[in-house]
Amino acid sequence: MAAARSGDVSSLRAAPLVELRGITKRFGSLLANDAIDLSVDAGQVLALLGENGAGKSTLTRILYGLSRADAGEIRIAGKPVTMTSPADALAAGIGMVTQEFTLVGPMTVTENLMLAGSPLGRVDRKAARARVLAASERLGVPVDPDAVVERLSVGERQRVEILKALLGDCRLLVLDEPTAVLVPADVDLLFASIRRLTAEGMAVVFISHKLHEVVDLADRIGVLRRGRLVADLPAEGLDPVAIAALMVGAAGPADADLPDDVVDEALATAVGLDGAAPSTQAGPVDQGRPAALQVTGLSLAGDPRPRLDDVSLTVRAGEIVGVAGVSGNGQTELVAALCGTTPVTTGTVRVGDAEVTGLDVAARLRAGLGRLTEDRRGSVVLGMSVEQNLVLEDLDRFRTGPFLSRRRVRAHAEALIERFDIRAAPGDPIRSLSGGNMQKVLLARALERDPTVLVASQPTRGLDVGACQYVYAQLRALRDAGSGVLLVSEDLDELIGIADRIVVLSGGRLVGEVAAADATREALGVLMTGSREHAA
Amino acid sequence: MRFVLRGREPRWLAAAAAGLAVVATLALTAGPIRLAGAAPVSAFERYVVSPLSTGNGIAEVLLAATPLLFTGLAVAIAFRVGYYNIGAEGQFLVGAMATTAVALALPDLPAAAALPLGLVGGALGGVAWAFLPAFLRRRAGIDEVVTTLLLNPVAVLLLQGMLNGPWRNPDTGFPDSATFGVGYRLPELFGSRVHAGLLVGLVLVAVTAVVMSATPLGVRLRAAGQSPAAAEFSGVPVGLLQWRSALVSGGLAGLGGASQVLGVQHQLTGSLAAGYGYTGVVVATLGGLSAVGVLAVALLLGDVQVGAQGASIALQLPSQMGGVLTSVLLLTVVAALSVRHYRLVRRTPRSPRPVEG
Repeated sequence: MAAARSGDVSSLRAAPLVELRGITKRFGSLLANDAIDLSVDAGQVLALLGENGAGKSTLTRILYGLSRADAGEIRIAGKPVTMTSPADALAAGIGMVTQEFTLVGPMTVTENLMLAGSPLGRVDRKAARARVLAASERLGVPVDPDAVVERLSVGERQRVEILKALLGDCRLLVLDEPTAVLVPADVDLLFASIRRLTAEGMAVVFISHKLHEVVDLADRIGVLRRGRLVADLPAEGLDPVAIAALMVGAAGPADADLPDDVVDEALATAVGLDGAAPSTQAGPVDQGRPAALQVTGLSLAGDPRPRLDDVSLTVRAGEIVGVAGVSGNGQTELVAALCGTTPVTTGTVRVGDAEVTGLDVAARLRAGLGRLTEDRRGSVVLGMSVEQNLVLEDLDRFRTGPFLSRRRVRAHAEALIERFDIRAAPGDPIRSLSGGNMQKVLLARALERDPTVLVASQPTRGLDVGACQYVYAQLRALRDAGSGVLLVSEDLDELIGIADRIVVLSGGRLVGEVAAADATREALGVLMTGSREHAA
Repeated sequence: MRFVLRGREPRWLAAAAAGLAVVATLALTAGPIRLAGAAPVSAFERYVVSPLSTGNGIAEVLLAATPLLFTGLAVAIAFRVGYYNIGAEGQFLVGAMATTAVALALPDLPAAAALPLGLVGGALGGVAWAFLPAFLRRRAGIDEVVTTLLLNPVAVLLLQGMLNGPWRNPDTGFPDSATFGVGYRLPELFGSRVHAGLLVGLVLVAVTAVVMSATPLGVRLRAAGQSPAAAEFSGVPVGLLQWRSALVSGGLAGLGGASQVLGVQHQLTGSLAAGYGYTGVVVATLGGLSAVGVLAVALLLGDVQVGAQGASIALQLPSQMGGVLTSVLLLTVVAALSVRHYRLVRRTPRSPRPVEG
């Protein structure tokens, strides 16, 4: 429940640290932010909630000078400021960690921070290194200043991003869905860091979809829906159910275009929320069922250690197998190897009856492999339309003679848009879609082919409650229809809730397997952080 | 005032940007023309309008545009898939040399055999010259911009070497090849110097336009060029498409060389190294990498090229002024196209509501 709230009465009289007044932003016909008034005081954590596309990211981008409001103003300590770029925001004491990281892969942590902080002139590597260590001290989490960024896990990279934001004279830290990429242990570390920072008097604006986190951490909660601030409340006494209702707007009739079942599902989960998982009713899967995906002895060489080491697993038809692990322990590599974007060193991969180890992506798709990767924006051709992306994997099916039939492509796209409730027109550029909508496009593209097995990596990362439920429902439906699903996720609740079995990857090896019914976060956590010698 | 990234691009914008580029070009080149001692307005008329005012002029424009069609298409196809072939110049020349080799080896073939053989030979010559950079790119990931570009002077030297050596004209002793047999003349059209190479070029434009816009292959090529990783993820064999497009690109450029020697010169001369391949890069870029765009720009540049000859005679303007005009046009169009993604806005107004203390 809500922990110590700052009830510092004197600060209520003073001007808030940062105040947004009447912020309005329009993209064409879409009103992304509609006259939003919000403020945050020093030492306070403000959580911004809302479904995908509710306008949270837009608002924080405006706050960080990445885009400019059409109307409204930003005041810092009572004084109006104009921010036209992140440099202005940094100068005003606002730091931000966006969902997309902006680190230079081949450089070390120190070098990245030097890039961000130092003006032109002599480069003092030693001093920079010391500042990294000092900043990581402030965060309370160790960060190796000499590590090369591209070798770091997503969680570690995020820490570097936070350090980067802290380097200046940062008084307000904006975190756009910081926990979406973290495993539970890292979330705890992050929250501890945030509490340390707020104890120093820093304010934090925090976007999240995970409601129980919000209740844990926030002092105040702002809920956005369709660009409007529908609630701005102290977090004290709010429970996840109430917040979820506010987010999806289930109470009001104004959301007629939100399909009822989505709302119902969102509420259904919200009721069971409190860290608890979506329920699963599937029993143990009949071992006699045919294998949908069979991985045998899969290895991927790497330096200094193999990135995947003799991984063998089977996903049977009608089964969801979860893959748990701390990020950076081989999940990305496993998915890439299964999807055919990385050639394996040794081992075999079979989809259904077909061996696909040496095959290219197109042949794997034909063999019945479906994919949903964590890199959504990297899975679509951003310069193309929604419909072109929907048919890109399967263009030959829409051929009339040698030509692509625009009519059939359009009809197909419209059918998928309807079936998967994608909020876009077929001809819209896909880059204009929100994360949830883009995931629906990818889901539609993968499921429409009735895959024998679907490899889904972090399929709900960064999605709101409604979209998460939607994805779960689709995965369950796919399983119930007799397909196999390999679900790679860092969200243990998700794995426990939806998978039938969970295997654990650690250091590129499978170190254990548990039935979801018996799995607990603690047990998985031990395996994930785990000592190999304990493992099966 | 400042630039803001556009969410979506209105339809009229591309046309407006092109128009703006043309106006800017006229404004920027008026000065040099003035300095060269001519009235800008009449000079522009000479460059653009005069060539189109007579039948003969139009024929000359078509003739000048013909090689640019081939090299422009060659570059556009390669660029579309993200293979930056700057080597159309060399591929064009080697294509012409391959055609010459066929024509000199089998001088007495009838047209029905000679022309297909000559054209195919030229295309294969271009493919051969494109092969090495494409292979290095595919197998070793070596940047094709460097390799294709560096092979261009090699092709020019090869051309000069052949003309000064084995192919030196046996009758005159000049560094030109012997004149081809009568079977190796592309038929002339409209009783002018325009030759059937133009028709080949137009057919290729039409085929390319259809393939690019209306077939699965076209979508794959575009996807491969725009986001290689995402295309690869979607099962588009990006490397394979680039490899094939590189060879097709070389083949088209080589075919252009064949068309030029079979249709215009009827012998191989050193004057063939006139930068058709480099101009092809301009044509493809100005034409927005689309086949129809290539056609339009090839005609425009042909027009200006013929106009420049007229202007140098009538107005005593140096003939390089035509090149200045097209070069400035390239710069303004590229600038206008990049600005297309932005819109200019006044500074954001302050909060409309009075701020209460």
